[in-house]
Order: sequence, then structure tokens, then C-alpha cells
Amino acid sequence: MPRWLLRDRQVVADDWRHLDESAEPLDSLDCADARSSRTGLIVPFVRWQLEHQRWITQRCRLGVLLGPAQNPEDFAADLPRLSLIAVQFPAASEGRGYSQGRQLRERWNFAGELRAVGTVRQDQLFFLARCGFNAFELPEGELESACAAFTTFSAKYQFSNDTGLAGTLRHRD
Amino acid sequence: MYRYDAIDKSLVDERVAQFRDQTRRFLAGELSDDEFKHLRLRNGLYIQRHAPMLRVAIPYGLLSSAQLRKLASIARRYDRGFGHVTTRQNMQFNWPKLEQVPDILAELATVEMHAIQTSGNCIRNVTSDHLAGVTPNELEDPRPWCEIIRQWSTFHPEFSYLPRKFKIAVTGATQDRAASMVHDVGVHIVRGPGGELGFEIIAGGGLGRTPIIGQVVREFLPREHLLSYLEAILRIYNLEGRRDNLHKARIKILVRSLGVEEFRRRVETEWARIKDSRLRLEETDIARVRQFFAPPAYRNLSDSDPTPGRSTAFRAWYRYNTAAHKIPGYRVVYVSLKKPGVAPGDITDVQMDRLAELADQYSFGELRATHTQNLLFADVEQTALFELWQALERAGLATPNIGTMTDMICCPGLDYCSLANAGSIDVARRINERFDDYDYLYDLGELQIKMSGCMNACGHHHIGHIGILGVDKSGEEWYQISIGGSAGEDAALGTVIGPSVAQDEVAETIARLLAVYVESRHPEERFLDTVRRIGVKPFKESVYAALAAA
Repeated sequence: MPRWLLRDRQVVADDWRHLDESAEPLDSLDCADARSSRTGLIVPFVRWQLEHQRWITQRCRLGVLLGPAQNPEDFAADLPRLSLIAVQFPAASEGRGYSQGRQLRERWNFAGELRAVGTVRQDQLFFLARCGFNAFELPEGELESACAAFTTFSAKYQFSNDTGLAGTLRHRD
Repeated sequence: MYRYDAIDKSLVDERVAQFRDQTRRFLAGELSDDEFKHLRLRNGLYIQRHAPMLRVAIPYGLLSSAQLRKLASIARRYDRGFGHVTTRQNMQFNWPKLEQVPDILAELATVEMHAIQTSGNCIRNVTSDHLAGVTPNELEDPRPWCEIIRQWSTFHPEFSYLPRKFKIAVTGATQDRAASMVHDVGVHIVRGPGGELGFEIIAGGGLGRTPIIGQVVREFLPREHLLSYLEAILRIYNLEGRRDNLHKARIKILVRSLGVEEFRRRVETEWARIKDSRLRLEETDIARVRQFFAPPAYRNLSDSDPTPGRSTAFRAWYRYNTAAHKIPGYRVVYVSLKKPGVAPGDITDVQMDRLAELADQYSFGELRATHTQNLLFADVEQTALFELWQALERAGLATPNIGTMTDMICCPGLDYCSLANAGSIDVARRINERFDDYDYLYDLGELQIKMSGCMNACGHHHIGHIGILGVDKSGEEWYQISIGGSAGEDAALGTVIGPSVAQDEVAETIARLLAVYVESRHPEERFLDTVRRIGVKPFKESVYAALAAA
């Protein structure tokens, strides 16, 4: 059964899978096969580093799953090869991902999919989107109602990465 | 004062709608207790001992008379007829009903008020000098900078889930009346090498379980970089502050563990990347905000002494409850919320309404909350002081004790707070009863007593000249006493004098401390300065010798 998620404000079937969701034995896993060539593969950061050669040579779309304590700087050189970065939110109170998101977009100019995973609820979406996230793995029951969360506030005080108005001090008049 | 435009207004209105929906989802069982907790805390809503407590933001302490009238009506309609002024210049209501909170927020929004970020692990209400803009010894009015920080920090997308709460205070005067050295970040307006105005940035101060005085991170920051520098500090803190232990999560622990040099290096490295981004403030931005704080229409007056021929009571009030104003003919008037028998900082709905009227009549329709839990009128004509005093006296708001020992800072304590170990209001009452002789109070001079019901230190006990901390001793309420703390520009943490004392011994213990002071002081020397000169030992010996003899 496919996972549904919110991407670019649309509910879509996920065309990515996390490495740990793989049905095949890990040793035989190769995303060059027919099925997974359409499906991108999200590799946890630690395995990405440990088995760097193995992953970087794959021909399919690749993503990395970043934990809260992991620094984008440590794989900055790989960013052009990645189509997706998933940022883990182990709890709703976890806030490092917001800074990681902004750094990926602003400092490293990462242009691929930036996905929030873990404990992600509609109440976090407004801020996440403004930190550069464009995809959200949400509880299924919230997918539809979550679309409204992007417009919780019609104005903002800070510049940010989402597509909305950047209403800062000087842009008010 | 700052007035909302369409952007500010839509933000608070939409916040009300958002919270109304979150409350509905919680009551419908769609949100768990824990999920709702993170959301309600961002709206200043705590679940307390008796009922929820709602903390309303008073940005840097500024209130219009219309806003105070609204607070009065909320106190009447949704609470039990009173509010409580806090050390962060906010107002708390102790008895609202959870399901009515969205309605209260909607009422607040009609007068440009809210409870946004008054609790939770986010950037809290920015605080400032309560004499901002009127004190004679000021480099620049800090309030426009507070407003700029308020806007930047409100719903900041990146810093809404910090490791822990984050408090910023801004001051522009030589005297620090905002306890900025014990804030997560203190911003001091200073002159730079070329005489231009900018900021000294302090970080890593705080009270609570681990009290620490803040350290200088940057001696001079050109003013256009204020927001980018704050953003760099917050980003380092958000990424590197501890999240594994609630009690080690404040920025003070990060600054201490890295050392201020390494913390500074990291902040400056991050800042170099973003300082010339869109966060850089333009002169027009600053000017736009500054116009809201233009001086009111002062009349052209000269100074006059209103005391000749007046009663001793008025003269005492004039001396203690009014302060110098930079404009000739005007005076600052403190409204004491420290009447004996009343919990420090408490004010009734009737008093709020009356003060709103008096503000309209005597002080350009504005009031301020102080971090010492009083209110004040900033701009009163000296010739109106006697009339105003009479009105305040009738309202029970003219207790002439500002700056004296009965002008205590005190948290709500065990009576209201679910965190507290011990009551504080009752101890305050006993201290008031023990020291009811005003001649003695006045003779003691400036003396700050600060009392907290637990080590979270909401009553700032570490930085009281005399600090009182409630502790739980096998189910009984005991009190640990410290001396020598200071919240000012000479900020210092007090020293605990020894084992804690029982509740009925607190007032007597203070009397003994004061007896040692009176015996040892030099002429005109404050209690704090005597403690600094002779040390803690003589005080300690006197207290424990007497306790042993008892």
C-alpha cells in the first residue's frame, strides 16, 4: 500500500521509500532494478556515510535521512547528487530540523525535495514550510485538513523560504 | 506606543482562530494531552493547581488605558476579579476556564493584545526598562528596538521549538532596571568607537536551578545588524543547546560548557554568513518603528516642588513613589501593587478600571508594568501629583514603599502554582506585618527582597539583596535565605547564609539580618553594599546564634 503524503500542497502517493522499509535483503538491494528505478531510495545518514561508495554509484534517485544531531555540512559535497533530504522529527518538541532546513536551503542552496518525517502534525506545517520544507509525512487522517495549515497566517514578520509574502519591517507600507 | 497595522491585526486574529481550532480538536479527543500542551503553552496557557493560568503579553510593559480596561473586564468576566503582574511585565489570570480561553484571546485581540509566546520553548515577550524614554540617564529609548525584536521573534518559523524558553531584555540607560544580566540575551544600547549608537550583546544569563550572570558576547554591534546577530545566536542555540535534560537546556548551560570564547566564535562564524542578508535593518525600518515612540505632547513647564504645605503621607509618597523625568515639570509615578495584606503584583478589576481613568486624565492614556511587579504612569505633571495621590490613595494604590523592603518581588507560590514547593504570598504577608513601621523601612533605605516558591526562581530570589527560596522539607514549607544578590548593572548572585528556616521564622530572620546591617553600616550605605563590604559571616552568625538559642 503506498504511503500518501503532502508535497507542494498536494496529497500525492509517495514515490520514495526509506531503506528500512525495504522488503528485500539489504545485501541484494540495488535500486537499478525495474521496480525501484521509479522509486527513490532514502538512506539514513549514518549508512550513507559508512557505505558511501555503494550509494553514490547507484543510478536511481537518492535521498538522505538526517537526524536532529546531524550536520548538513558533513555531506555538503554530496548534495548535488541528492534529490531529496528527509529531516527526522523524533518528537513534536524537536526543533533542530527547522534550522537544518533553513541551512540546507539558504547556505547550501539545496533545491530538491525537503521532507519532514517522524512526529509531524499539521500544527507544525506553517513553520516548517517557512523553513524550506515542501513535503510532509503526516498521519493519514490529517492529510486533507493539513493543506489549510499553510495559510494559518496570511502575513508574516520574517523573510523565509516558502513561496509566500515576505512581510518584514521594511515591506509593510 | 506601537499601534497595530493590518499585518499585526491579521496575525493576532488568525492566531485566535488557530487556537480556537486547536482547543476544539483537544476537547474532541483529536489531540492528546501532550500534543495540546505544546500548542497551548505557545498561547500562555498553563494547567495549574486550581485552574488553567493564562499569561497575557504586555510587550515591554507598555499598556494603553483601553487595554487595561479590557484586562479589567476579562478579570471580571472570566476570572475572579483580579489579575497578577509578573516579573516579565506580563499579566496573569489564575482562574479562566479552558474552553473560554479562545474567547478571552478574541477579546484581547480587539485591543491589540494577545498571549502569543508568553510560555513554551520559544522567544518570550521582550522586556525593557520601565523608565524607557523618560529617564534622564538614557543614551536612547530602547522601546523601538524592543518592537523590532517583538516583530522579528513573533512566530519566528525557525525558533518556535527551541530547547527551552528564551528571554531577551533591552536597556538604554546607565542603570539596569530590566535585570538584563540574568536574561538569555541582554541587549544594551552603547556608544561605539566613533560615538555612534549600537549594542553590547550579553548572553547566557539566567536564574532557575543554575543561576548565572550573562557574559559579553559582543562589545559593540552596529545597529543595523541587531536582527542578524540575534538570529545567529538563536541558530547556534537551537542546533547545539541540550535537549536531553530539561534542567540543562537553557542557553546559559551551552555558553558555560563551550566557554564564552568558543560560543562567540560559533556565533560570529554564523553571523558572517547572514549579516548582509535581508535581516539587515535599513534606516527607514528603524525610523518607521521609532515614530510610534515619539514623545507625547508635553507642555512647556518648569520644575516645581509639590510638597510644601502638604501632609507627611503625601511627602513620603512623593519621595518613594515618584521618580525624576527628563522633561521639566513632569514626574514618573509608581503605582504600588505591594499593599500589605495583598499578594504582591495583584490588582483588582476595579483598580484596573480606575487606573485606566487616571491614565487618561493624568498621563496621556498610557501605563507601564514594571519587572518589580508594579505599574507606573510615565508622564505626570508635577502640579497634578497631589490630586493623583489622593485618587490613588482612595483606590488603595498609593502604598509609599517603592524601592523599600516591602516592595517585594514574589511569585504566586504554592497557592497557585503547581511547581511550587512552598507558599510565598503568606510569607510576604508576615514580612509586611513584622515590618509595619514606615520610619524603620525608610531608615533601611533601598532594599530588594525577592522570593520564589521553588528553584525555578520566578521571584528572582538569587538576585534579591535578600533572597528567599521556598523548599520542601519532608512535606513542610521551609525557606532558604540568601543575601548580597543584585539585579542591576552590578548584577550578582546572592550567597545562601545557611540551613533553611521554618515559615514562622522567616520574618524574624530578616529582622536579624537587618539588625546586623543597621549596626554595621556606614552613613548612606545600602544593605547590599554593607554585605559586600563586611561579607556574609556576621549576618550568618547572628541568625544562627539566635536560632540555636530559641
